[in-house]
Amino acid sequence: MASFIQLLVSGLATGAIYALIAVGFTLLWQTSQTINFAQGEFVMLPAFFILESMYLGVPFWLSALIGIALSIVILGLLFKFLIVDPMLKHGVLPLVISTIALSLFLKESAKNFYSSQAQPFPALVPSTDLHFLGAVVSTQSLVVLAVAIATVVALHLLLHKTRLGRSMQATAQNPTLARILGIPVRRMVLYTFLINAVLVAVASILISPIYLAKFTNGETLGLAAFLAAIIGGFNQVRGAILGGFILGILDNLSAAYISSQYRGAFPLLILIAVILLRPQGLLGRIEERTV
Amino acid sequence: MLRSALFMSVIAAGLGLSSQSHAQSTVYMPAVLEESGAGAVSGTNFRDGMRMAIDEVNAKGGILSRKIDSPVFDTQSDAGISRAQVQKALDNNPYVVLGPVFSGSVLVDMQLTQQAEIPEIVGGEAAAVTQKGDPYVFRTSFGQQFSMPKIANYIRDGVKAKTVSVLWVNNDFGKGARDNFVKEMDARGIKVVADISTESGQSDFAADVVKIKAANADAIFVDTNEEESARFLIEAKKQGITAPLLGDTTLLGQKVIDLAGGAAEGVRGHVALTVDAPIPAVQEFAAKFKQRYNYVCDHNGIKGYTAIYFIKYVTEKMGKFDSKGFAQTAHGLTITPQQEPGILMEATWDQNGDIDRQSFLVEVIGGKQKIVQVLPKLGK
Amino acid sequence: MSRLGVIAVVGAAIFAIAAPFFLKPFGIYLISMWTVLTVAAIGLNLTLGYAGQVSMAQGAFIGIGAYTVALLTQAGWPYPVAFVCAGSLCFVIGWGLGYPALRVQHHYLAFVTLAFSTLVFLVLRNEEWLTHGVYGISGIARPTLFGWSTGKPRDFYFFSLGTLTVLAAATWWMLRSPWGRAFVALRENPLRAQSLGLDTRRYTLMAFAIGSGLGGLSGALYAPLVQFIEPNSFVLDLSFNLLLMVIVGGSGYFFGPFVGALIAVLLPEWARITEGYYLMVYAAMIMGMMAFCPYGVLGMVERAIKAVTMRGDPPTPILHAEGTSP
Repeated sequence: MASFIQLLVSGLATGAIYALIAVGFTLLWQTSQTINFAQGEFVMLPAFFILESMYLGVPFWLSALIGIALSIVILGLLFKFLIVDPMLKHGVLPLVISTIALSLFLKESAKNFYSSQAQPFPALVPSTDLHFLGAVVSTQSLVVLAVAIATVVALHLLLHKTRLGRSMQATAQNPTLARILGIPVRRMVLYTFLINAVLVAVASILISPIYLAKFTNGETLGLAAFLAAIIGGFNQVRGAILGGFILGILDNLSAAYISSQYRGAFPLLILIAVILLRPQGLLGRIEERTV
Repeated sequence: MLRSALFMSVIAAGLGLSSQSHAQSTVYMPAVLEESGAGAVSGTNFRDGMRMAIDEVNAKGGILSRKIDSPVFDTQSDAGISRAQVQKALDNNPYVVLGPVFSGSVLVDMQLTQQAEIPEIVGGEAAAVTQKGDPYVFRTSFGQQFSMPKIANYIRDGVKAKTVSVLWVNNDFGKGARDNFVKEMDARGIKVVADISTESGQSDFAADVVKIKAANADAIFVDTNEEESARFLIEAKKQGITAPLLGDTTLLGQKVIDLAGGAAEGVRGHVALTVDAPIPAVQEFAAKFKQRYNYVCDHNGIKGYTAIYFIKYVTEKMGKFDSKGFAQTAHGLTITPQQEPGILMEATWDQNGDIDRQSFLVEVIGGKQKIVQVLPKLGK
Repeated sequence: MSRLGVIAVVGAAIFAIAAPFFLKPFGIYLISMWTVLTVAAIGLNLTLGYAGQVSMAQGAFIGIGAYTVALLTQAGWPYPVAFVCAGSLCFVIGWGLGYPALRVQHHYLAFVTLAFSTLVFLVLRNEEWLTHGVYGISGIARPTLFGWSTGKPRDFYFFSLGTLTVLAAATWWMLRSPWGRAFVALRENPLRAQSLGLDTRRYTLMAFAIGSGLGGLSGALYAPLVQFIEPNSFVLDLSFNLLLMVIVGGSGYFFGPFVGALIAVLLPEWARITEGYYLMVYAAMIMGMMAFCPYGVLGMVERAIKAVTMRGDPPTPILHAEGTSP
């Protein structure tokens, strides 16, 4: 029983990471039809901004802020204006290809300009282990869990309880109508990119102490975010959290009880099942198609 | 028509129609290595060690008065691409070819270099590399068929374990290690009670540690890449694993020790090639490397470095650049650091191209590798 | 086909036949790889460019085809039989995969094929008893057909070029048939096609299945070309690369895959001059291409021609197709 709880707890901790990354991914998809295949690399990169800043002598807390700021500028503003806007008018597919190319570009940049080796990353809280119902969980994992939940709650409040948030939702559901109603659509879309940039930077700071900063981090994280978003529900922020948790727990349980060689297969099978049986995801709403 | 002519000439350039002419003052020794993809760390380490040696040799005039010309072709860690790159290298009449490190790529490339009768100095450790009867392949570090018996003996005699769990990374390197390891365990009557595969790049080892705890073996053998080793050790410590943790080279590297923090204390194992070896020549090499490249190299850096000096020694022994003669001269050859300082440690190459060297049994104490025992060459 | 088009195709054909006599083995290997990948790209173009479905599994089908041929020929089966088996197996799997997946909206096929691709990789890697697992299958022989051995680089190139020509011709013929015209109608406006009585799902499914079958045939050529296959060669990256080829070449244009595959094979080689940064250059070039000619090279060419000739010929539905729909 203790080991089951251990698996559950560790799964939730990992799932929280996936959830944090999936949230931003979902947000971009919802508001601007951007399927960002570089989301994993977006999470990998801010850690390197911070490490570089620390290398130049800046203390960690300031470097973290610089990292977030750089993330907003590069992964938010530049991403939107240089890549998404020019491509989007040509359709979704060129944008998808571009984000795939972008992920390669960012990965190689980190490798070439910093290092191909994994780098240790300072933790926000000293890592002690807490014992809980026979299972061990590290304080770092708890912090990740707490931040992930807080973020989603904050985002939910923003989207549903504030005027700005409701404008953003309107933009997502029907941009033409939103424009007619006087909502500054382009600015709304910009905000989602900026929010995503902040989310990935925060995710980066949280997970790099555990994962170690490495240029290949984006690969598994990106795919996990993708799966979490779809399973949970592509058009609901809450769905991303649920999807992330399911993914993390499922991965652990299947590795321990079923097969470690096929541990990667179970999330994929769930994905296929969800798409075939409930395409809008577990918490998603059914999307209307305009004819 | 202009459009198609332009099109064609541009394609021609891409296909390398222009052949490279080699000045008589250089010797062409291209390297085919993993500079990107899953093997980037190994390949870049090998490349950097190699380049350092090349610069040293060239500064002293080169090999037999010819400077070394060694462009690096990236395999992207893919066997198909490495085959293409080796073909490109062979098209330009090399003297010898260096690399790759990934055994899968090595096995594919060997077919071509053997046909062309060009020696290939590789970084691959899979047993199969030297079992194909290829007289032109030479290793730069132990094959798994040599390192595993050493660890197995230690587990039987030193740790005195009757049962063992094995955790390995699911690629040709880790699987090969696991297969050889299990074979050696079976041969010694030690039971493998848990056989756990993990993914390259895996970050969450909770499930694997849970399974290991449940299996409760006398010893645990871990064979995976650097970051994964560190993450595993942290998780093992967290969940309170007490059985001895054993590994081969990677698990005991300083890099893993640093990344794992205190979790690496007490880890033991076999180390074939390491910058932490208590040999002055190796220490000097490590310091030079760190100064030039600003990072600590892993055993692949030593492979690349010694490969160049290996080639230099054999060539000077022959007195000429003879690819076929290289193979004949190198088989059965022993090179000592007195004869060639760049070889760092005495090494012997056997008829299959396998290398025989001293190695070490090591334990991590106080955040550093401490040599517990020096294992002599098998051939002595 | 317009006159300029005919000249271009004939010129390219002459070049394709003459090239191996001027190239070293590495160059011949590259153009052989080009023919192999073009077959797969033609298949993906059917699925994507004509039927409008995104498939991320084409790389997996190449893998299945390659393993089928490798295992069968090493078990003693004659190559032509293995070749047909590879294509048929992938056709059937494509049909089976597409049947349920196409019931949902089109971007979901992309996700299903994405998952399928990774599942195929896991099976290839883990089922060691069948596939030799991570160690891969080595020493795959090049086929001998009617006494002609394809062992040498130039011989194998002509063999795969010939196969490509036959398959391309078959695809051309299929697209000109009434059946093929239905494919194009599908992409233009599925609802209108449906209102005209076309069973869109059936046609889309056929397109996907045939496209997958062609992927399998590409794999059947891949295995003897490289003579070594391992699961890692067929991961998602390959599927992405193929997607790239089809789009960069010009999705929906018949010759798009040829151009796209050529660029995909050559671009990394050119970018190599930049030493260690070549992957970055490659990625930047792709992004640039997407920004400036998202209709692909052939789309750009068509627009250039239309701009130059004041009065263009009305495009035929097969060679000149409209741009991709998202």
